[in-house]
Amino acid sequence: MTRILFYGSPLPGMAEERLPGKLIVVEGTDGVGRSTQIALLREWLEANGFAATETGFTRSELAAVGLKKAKRGHTMGDLTMNLYYATDFVDRLEKQIIPALRAGFVVITDRYIYSLIARAQVRGVDPTWIRSVLGFALVPDVIFYLKIDVEHLLPRVINSRGFDYWESGTDYLRGDDVYENYVKHQGLLIEQFDALAAEYQFHVVDANRGVPEIFRTLRAGIETVIDDMQIPSETTARRPAARRPRVRKTTAKAAARAAAKAAAKAAATKASPATAALGEPPLAEAPATAAKSGDGVNASSPTAG
Amino acid sequence: MATMPDGTPLRGKLFIVEGIDGSGKSTQLDLLHKWLVSRGYLVAFTEWNSSPVVRQTTKRGKERKLLSSTSFSLIHAADLADRIQHYILPALRAGAIVLADRYIYTAFARDVARGVNRDWVRAIYNFAITPTLALYFRVPLDESLQRILVGRPELKYYEAGQDLGLSEDPYESFRLFQGRILEEYEHIVDEFRLTAVDATQALVQQQARVRKLVLPHLKGARKVDQRPWREVLSKEGLHGRYLNNPGQEES
Repeated sequence: MTRILFYGSPLPGMAEERLPGKLIVVEGTDGVGRSTQIALLREWLEANGFAATETGFTRSELAAVGLKKAKRGHTMGDLTMNLYYATDFVDRLEKQIIPALRAGFVVITDRYIYSLIARAQVRGVDPTWIRSVLGFALVPDVIFYLKIDVEHLLPRVINSRGFDYWESGTDYLRGDDVYENYVKHQGLLIEQFDALAAEYQFHVVDANRGVPEIFRTLRAGIETVIDDMQIPSETTARRPAARRPRVRKTTAKAAARAAAKAAAKAAATKASPATAALGEPPLAEAPATAAKSGDGVNASSPTAG
Repeated sequence: MATMPDGTPLRGKLFIVEGIDGSGKSTQLDLLHKWLVSRGYLVAFTEWNSSPVVRQTTKRGKERKLLSSTSFSLIHAADLADRIQHYILPALRAGAIVLADRYIYTAFARDVARGVNRDWVRAIYNFAITPTLALYFRVPLDESLQRILVGRPELKYYEAGQDLGLSEDPYESFRLFQGRILEEYEHIVDEFRLTAVDATQALVQQQARVRKLVLPHLKGARKVDQRPWREVLSKEGLHGRYLNNPGQEES
């Protein structure tokens, strides 16, 4: 990240303004193939001389064990689940993601706050509340959204884990029909992701295609993001820098930066001192104004637009 | 075609195997599984007594000898009900091939050998999906006993049918119990039109017959690429070192 930017209230204790690494998010619904792509991308980055690492949900030292146990019990309420996942996320952000970015790693994260927002919203949780809870999240360098339809998702799920209780929405949907619940829940999640794609400037990747096609799209996107990092020269013969396509800079960060600037300006001129002092962005408006560019970042105030 | 109890057809196929212990049905189902996967089919596998939510209770009941013939029957029905609801039915509705090692006919044979009422045990399983093809591996009692008892393995209490009080000696009890089950199976084959496979034949011959029986039912079954990342590895010169457990990610 060239410049640190938060979606909402900044994470306390962040001294620096810049981090040399890159934060790459791979989002998409359950079973879409994120982990396969991340495994391939990580190895590809390393083969080309970039220090790369990955993280994903329920992998925090603090909350992983307890969260998995709570999910097995099937008794977790919505509020508890959201806050538990947020706990897991912030622990990884502070102890894994930020230190790696500080060290100059390319950090690939399997899911990010958008999955938590999507899951919360299909269960009827207040959209404003969940966004403020997760406001401490860093704005990533790029967010890839693996977009798939349910019909393409089904064989992958059967071929790997089968129909999981939570991934079938069994906790909030009625009835015993696991198949119907699964199709409904995943359909609703995908709808949420599609809406979030506009709000948070996702780089949408068609995941109805095969693994090689998806990989090529992701690789091209990442090449753009890491373009300004120092490339180890002669030692990476496979894919020389000259061959890397020059595409326009990924939009998420640029948009967020522009919006932040605008918001700062607005705050300076007319926002109430209390709001400005708290650094509390008016995220409440974000869902309603999703179509506006730059929404979903800490600058998404209607006054900024 | 697999069908719901009310006759509604399902998109996927349900192939099940039955037979007494030592009939070699699991070996044949495993070979069938590998063949179907190698032909690119989307295959889900399930076995008797494996529901993640019921299995532990069954195990506890067996270890502590808490099960009566009726509770034994009911706990196994609960196990299948859970697997049908959460695994078998959704997979069939999505168009997969489901392979089941033992199915309701195991309960019909075993529970009746244990003394429960024939009609009752059929009635409690009225929720079960009718399989596309049910294979019965027919083997003479002496041959199956020889296969199982070679090396004199330790027999478990319920496995040997010791709860029936047929004999103090576990091996003798097992013989008598398996004999009763075999007798029940022979009625079931006619009653439910199971397809009999001669399980005394060489394994390779049996497998050839199994595949021949399955083949006509494969039309319309859904396919899936088992290693879709293969091309990326070869093109990029990667080894797949982080591809340890694809599909196993935590959510």
